[in-house]
Amino acid sequence: MQNFEYLAPETLSEAVNLLAGNEGQTRVLAGGTDLIVQLRQGALSADHVLDVKHLPECNELGYAPSEGLTIGAAVPCHRIYNDGAIADAYPGLIDAAAIIGGIQVQGRATFGGNLCNASPSADSIPILIAYGAECVIAGPQGNRRVAVEDFCTAPGKNILEKGELLVALHLPSVQKSSGAHYLRFIPRYEMDIAVVGAGASVQLDEGGKMFVQARIGLAAVAPTPLFAREAGQLLSGKEVSEESIETAALAAQSIARPISDMRAPADYRKHLVKVLTRRALLGAIRRARGEFVPNAVQENGQ
Amino acid sequence: MSNASKNGNGNGKYKVIGTRPIRHDGVDKVTGRAAYGIDTHLGGMLYGQILRSPHPYARIRGIDTSKAKALKGVRAVITAADLPPSEADEVLNLVEGSFRLKDLRSNILADEKVFYQGHSVAAVAATNLHIAEEALQLIEVDYEILPHVDDVVAAMRDDAPLLHEDLTTKEFGEDTGKNSNIASHIQFKLGDLEKGFAESDIIVEEEFETASVHQGYIESHNATAEWKTDGQLTVWTSTQGAFGVQKQTAAILGLPVSKVRVVPMEIGGGFGGKIPVYLAPQAAILSKKCGHPVKIVMTRADVFRSTGPTPSSYVKVKLGADNSGKLLAAQATIAFAAGAFPGSPVGAGAVCVLSCYAIPNGLVDGYDVVLNRPRSAAYRAPGSTQVNLAVETLMDEIAVKLGMDPIELRLLNAAEEGTRRVDGAVYPVVGCRETLEQTKVHEHYLAPLSGPHQGRGVATGFWMNAGLKSTVTANVNEDGTVNLMEGSTDIGGSRASIAMQFAEVLGLPAEAVNPMVGDTASVGYTELTGGSRVTFATGWAAYEAAQEVKKILIGKAALYWETTEDEVRFEEGDFVHSTDPEKRLTFKELAGHLVDLGGPVVGTGAVDPNSGVGGSFTTCIADVEVDPETGKIKILRFTMIQDAGTAIHPSYVEGQMQGGSVQGIGWALNEEYFYNEGRMQNASFLDYRIPTCLDVPMIETVIVEVPHPDHPFGVRGVGEASIAPPPAAIANAIYDAVGIRLHELPMRPDRVLAACLAKEEAEAATANG
Repeated sequence: MQNFEYLAPETLSEAVNLLAGNEGQTRVLAGGTDLIVQLRQGALSADHVLDVKHLPECNELGYAPSEGLTIGAAVPCHRIYNDGAIADAYPGLIDAAAIIGGIQVQGRATFGGNLCNASPSADSIPILIAYGAECVIAGPQGNRRVAVEDFCTAPGKNILEKGELLVALHLPSVQKSSGAHYLRFIPRYEMDIAVVGAGASVQLDEGGKMFVQARIGLAAVAPTPLFAREAGQLLSGKEVSEESIETAALAAQSIARPISDMRAPADYRKHLVKVLTRRALLGAIRRARGEFVPNAVQENGQ
Repeated sequence: MSNASKNGNGNGKYKVIGTRPIRHDGVDKVTGRAAYGIDTHLGGMLYGQILRSPHPYARIRGIDTSKAKALKGVRAVITAADLPPSEADEVLNLVEGSFRLKDLRSNILADEKVFYQGHSVAAVAATNLHIAEEALQLIEVDYEILPHVDDVVAAMRDDAPLLHEDLTTKEFGEDTGKNSNIASHIQFKLGDLEKGFAESDIIVEEEFETASVHQGYIESHNATAEWKTDGQLTVWTSTQGAFGVQKQTAAILGLPVSKVRVVPMEIGGGFGGKIPVYLAPQAAILSKKCGHPVKIVMTRADVFRSTGPTPSSYVKVKLGADNSGKLLAAQATIAFAAGAFPGSPVGAGAVCVLSCYAIPNGLVDGYDVVLNRPRSAAYRAPGSTQVNLAVETLMDEIAVKLGMDPIELRLLNAAEEGTRRVDGAVYPVVGCRETLEQTKVHEHYLAPLSGPHQGRGVATGFWMNAGLKSTVTANVNEDGTVNLMEGSTDIGGSRASIAMQFAEVLGLPAEAVNPMVGDTASVGYTELTGGSRVTFATGWAAYEAAQEVKKILIGKAALYWETTEDEVRFEEGDFVHSTDPEKRLTFKELAGHLVDLGGPVVGTGAVDPNSGVGGSFTTCIADVEVDPETGKIKILRFTMIQDAGTAIHPSYVEGQMQGGSVQGIGWALNEEYFYNEGRMQNASFLDYRIPTCLDVPMIETVIVEVPHPDHPFGVRGVGEASIAPPPAAIANAIYDAVGIRLHELPMRPDRVLAACLAKEEAEAATANG
């Protein structure tokens, strides 16, 4: 492993100044579950490693029913799923938080880091897209907000400019009669990278019979996580039925352009998009109707 | 807990054997105090790193190490030029086979060519790991890339790229002189094959392929070497056999064995993969060059790319039976990918393929094939799992076609005492039938399945088990305990099972025996821990050592009572005066008097038993559920029924059965070396998918005890057979669940789904046509 300088700024402005002013490669460290591994493998290099865990804005985990949810970029998964109010309001988020790595990894790994790492197979991103989350970015020119689906640009690449830093993620408040669900397909029953991931959030009418709106996010089927915008739009105003769900699943499948690799062949991934989109929608609908839908960890009886 | 506790404890035959004492090495292991190879730290120690080939096949035109040598902190850089030269026909005979010394040396440091991605090319020693790593990047290797071949069937073709210009095919032991990647072709014949098939009412025939899989031990390979100025080399390493490391290291370095002392550290898993040496010779040469101890530890990616795997295989089997289900003929063609150098376990595969049944007419052809992948190594019942998939799938097909219960079909054909195997061996008393009978009445086998897309499959498997040389030395302490020095490194609770056999003879509690694993300079010659042999053979040596201790102690008691030896009896753990029964000494009391009775009491057992051809048979039951939309398999329930001969420590017998089952399940479902352009893509435990604890249910076990007829306690050895039948049992369960037959491992979800969809399409076509 190459030598690097470790930086731990305590204010956001100091962090931005360091990121903007440093020469050479500065890597941002949150949980480190991707970064440290990549540095050790030589997949990434770093002259400086800037730790955001000392920045108050990055450690914020704030939820108010009327305001929505703010997740600081350095907040680890376990803080999210151990917060009962958040878990009740955003069960789809917990579906993802509970399956990123194992218990030890969840003690460190962050949604912010997962997003910045920009892996096409990241488990947190499809459900953030489905929830309509936004990225809060600080930079030399001030703050800006970007939709999560516009953040990743290629495997391992994102829109952050030099000097910019992801500070937090913001999820809008939860509407009545709405529910969300994330699930992924892996060949094993835990500790794996998604072969395909699908996250869905739906809002139903008061009777739970019609879709008011829906959003669908997909993982591991393109160079970046995908927002299946049209698939969700097709459901607006439609009756909740096998046909409408199938139509949305097919629309989601049609935008998938997966590759073949050691994790699965492309045609198999494409097939799974339909199956998983349908299952994610069904889970989201049941939750919108107030039914209990277990996440992968609950299902495995852990 | 299985019924072993009943079998082991309830029959009253033994006092210690069949009980479950806490293992002697247990506390150190669970508290993290046990010293593994990686824990070796010596004064002035340097750190080594290995440069490995990025190419699957290339000629080395030149290596320039000058920049690496110039880097501050680098103390030595070595290449193949630092190894002794090899004669073409020099052969090293090891228990696991005979190998060309030239090949063994090339695998340590490539000379003219690299034969696989990960092939060791050069090594560096530096003051720390990071400098050594940086130095690797400064070594310039001029490669001429050659077209490679990494598929076993493709490698056998006449137009395949040849790996070794001097390798000619040996057919039935004779050199054909033909240059080829087929290192050898072996054949076993029994009876009249044509007649057998002609008389058959039902014939099934299929081709099968299995992927290369890794042993998957958690501890990576490591070696620390110190070459002192007196010419004496010491190696600390994790290994399945210290004497094997000594022999290989000495041969590779051109030293007499007496110059090499090997200290076996605790071992974090081996499963056959820690028999070959990978790092000790490089560490030794580096140490000699810089005058310091040098330690080398592999990364996980190195472990995958450069060590281990079991061969991928192509297996074609044809079975013929009459309408009653009686097998009349069998033919098998087996090709194993040996990797870069000859030496796959195709011979063992050829023995195991038809081993479970009495088949009057048989023909087996086996091919050992070299190709551009790492040199393969033994993996738990080497060669048996690959061939088991084929035969046990076809047995299931016969059962389905005849409408027979699959266990009844197997019972009808079960190998038993007197059965002649295709390789000519005739079975003594074996437990094949007994495992099947226990399966037939097992609650699991009789329980109904509980939902749609669920299925149940069974399969029977075999491993031959080895005997081989072992030594044990026992020293009686004055407090009535015994120090037991043995040469078998402990990879599965063998310290306990060896100590218990010693204790049984002398009526001691297991805790009064203190077993220790010696190094090559402190214990008598002992072959590797492998072949399910340690509890059998080293246990036998412990039995002999205990007999000697008993004999000496009878003499000591006679001395104590001032009488003759024939006046002293040993009964129920006590030494008793025959004519004066008031005079009675416990082992402990007598030990306390030894200081006045003329010297130390030392017993030795040095054995080389032939294990015979009995081996261990096993049958398993697998229940699966198939997700028809994704092809994903869930193992709902799994039971392993195995003949242990006699279970010395039932917990460790069960542990072996469970471990083998889980490895078999991994092999069946997800494990594979995934290659692209000759390069392994999944060299990490993230993407090389061994089962996690959520992927398997609690493995239920039934220990069957049909004692080995020769062993003093009837031990057979149980370490390996349980890995063989799980893939076939799971394949048969998938057929039972959704009606598809898979002929390729792993049975990945995408393959299961593709077969399900193909079946639906075929059914739709039939319905429409």
